[in-house]
Amino acid sequence: MGDEDSKATAMISILHSLWRVLRHTFDRRVTVQYPEERRVMAPRTRGRIVLTLDPDGGERCVGCYLCAAACPVDCIALQATEDETGRRSAEWFRINFSRCIFCGYCEEACPTYAIQLTPDIELGEYHRPNLVYEKEHLLISGPGKYPGYNYYHVAGLSIGGKDKGEAAAERPPVDVRTLLP
Amino acid sequence: MTETIRLLLCILIIPNVVLGMAAGLILLERRLLAVWQERLGPNRVGPFGLLQPLADAIKLLTKEDWIPPFADRPVFVIAPAIVMATGILTCAILPIAPGVGIVDDLNIGLLFFLAMSSLGAYSVLLAGWSSNNKYSLIGGLRSAAQMLSYEVFMGLSLMGVVILTGTFSLREIVEAQRDGWFFIPQFLGMVIFMLAGLAETHRMPFDLPEAEAELVAGFHTEYSSMKFGVFFIGEYAGVVVVSALMTTLFFGGWLGPWLPPIVWFMLKTLTFICLFILMRATLPRPRYDQLMALGWKVMLPLSLLNVVVTGAIKLATTGDGG
Repeated sequence: MGDEDSKATAMISILHSLWRVLRHTFDRRVTVQYPEERRVMAPRTRGRIVLTLDPDGGERCVGCYLCAAACPVDCIALQATEDETGRRSAEWFRINFSRCIFCGYCEEACPTYAIQLTPDIELGEYHRPNLVYEKEHLLISGPGKYPGYNYYHVAGLSIGGKDKGEAAAERPPVDVRTLLP
Repeated sequence: MTETIRLLLCILIIPNVVLGMAAGLILLERRLLAVWQERLGPNRVGPFGLLQPLADAIKLLTKEDWIPPFADRPVFVIAPAIVMATGILTCAILPIAPGVGIVDDLNIGLLFFLAMSSLGAYSVLLAGWSSNNKYSLIGGLRSAAQMLSYEVFMGLSLMGVVILTGTFSLREIVEAQRDGWFFIPQFLGMVIFMLAGLAETHRMPFDLPEAEAELVAGFHTEYSSMKFGVFFIGEYAGVVVVSALMTTLFFGGWLGPWLPPIVWFMLKTLTFICLFILMRATLPRPRYDQLMALGWKVMLPLSLLNVVVTGAIKLATTGDGG
């Protein structure tokens, strides 16, 4: 009679399922009605890409091309340039958001925290060319997720009248001759 | 004269109400499914999304009406018309309230319904056949087998009611329920009729003719534009009709205290429509052989048993079998 038992169980389980589904009538909805209500995005959401400034107001990007090299869809293009003090920066910087897959590899590759992904995900456009962001669209006026960080203060480079070891977080180079026995 | 006007009004209003309900059901179903999945469903077009069916209809009407070059043209065009026609024709026999109905005291009303639902099977079969597409053909094939087997005990499950009342007229069946609705003495018959009705209208969980997971869209794979829409409306009209018949045959039709009869009829019908949707929200689709096994090995013997027991009791109590 095992078969009959299983049939009865199936019947009861069907009725039970119907009841369980019916009870969902009184549950809270999970839908977020998007344009009127918005979710709070997590701070590390990978959305629109920005270029940040260091706390002193200088551009962080040193035009090393590592982000462009890391980008799996080749959506980042830039041209590095160098001013008279030897400080490097991007002459132009272009991200094609119609190709970008928001993987965050550029952010990981960046040695100066210049390129960062933000929680802004509303990138809709009516015209595809509008999704190509130039440097002036990408640059923001702040340091993004790393407030106190200035690459040139920790890098130990001599640049723009500042010699090696003169920045706040640096120490002067060791004079190797003093280490002689 | 007033009789003619009443009839004309009924002829004008009832099919339109059923079709309107069928269109509204698309919204109702989507909203209810959403409710049972803790979502909101379509609520943007008009207040509470009430204009969604209108938007759907406009969309369907502006789509390209495509008849595939490999299809059997006349049959392909006729197939959706059949499901619509049988759906509307069945409205004719619904006894909605005293004085509201087209030919609701037809003395073979029940048989008429069974005939129309059998004819409705042709629609699906012809659609599957004329589309000249493997998926459509398999869908049509399944529906033919499913409808044939479920037709059998759908008719048998109603015979219990017929034995109790001694008539095929739906109006008289409702009148006979003044002392008690038939879902108590005919509980088995009601359950079987409901399952058969699900299979007849190929609704979840018996929607094997259009099983999306396996057959793209089954018999209406090749249909587009309003022809597809007509299949949709026809299916929902079937749901309305089966719910209305559940009400009429087992739940006392328009009978009920306080409220006007037409409201009672609508309320009861709506309850069964919601039950149909709840079943869709809950139950998975059975395998095809399980469907057939359920039909022939469980439902058919049970409905025969129902007929035999009801008949025996009727004989024992009245002594002459009605």
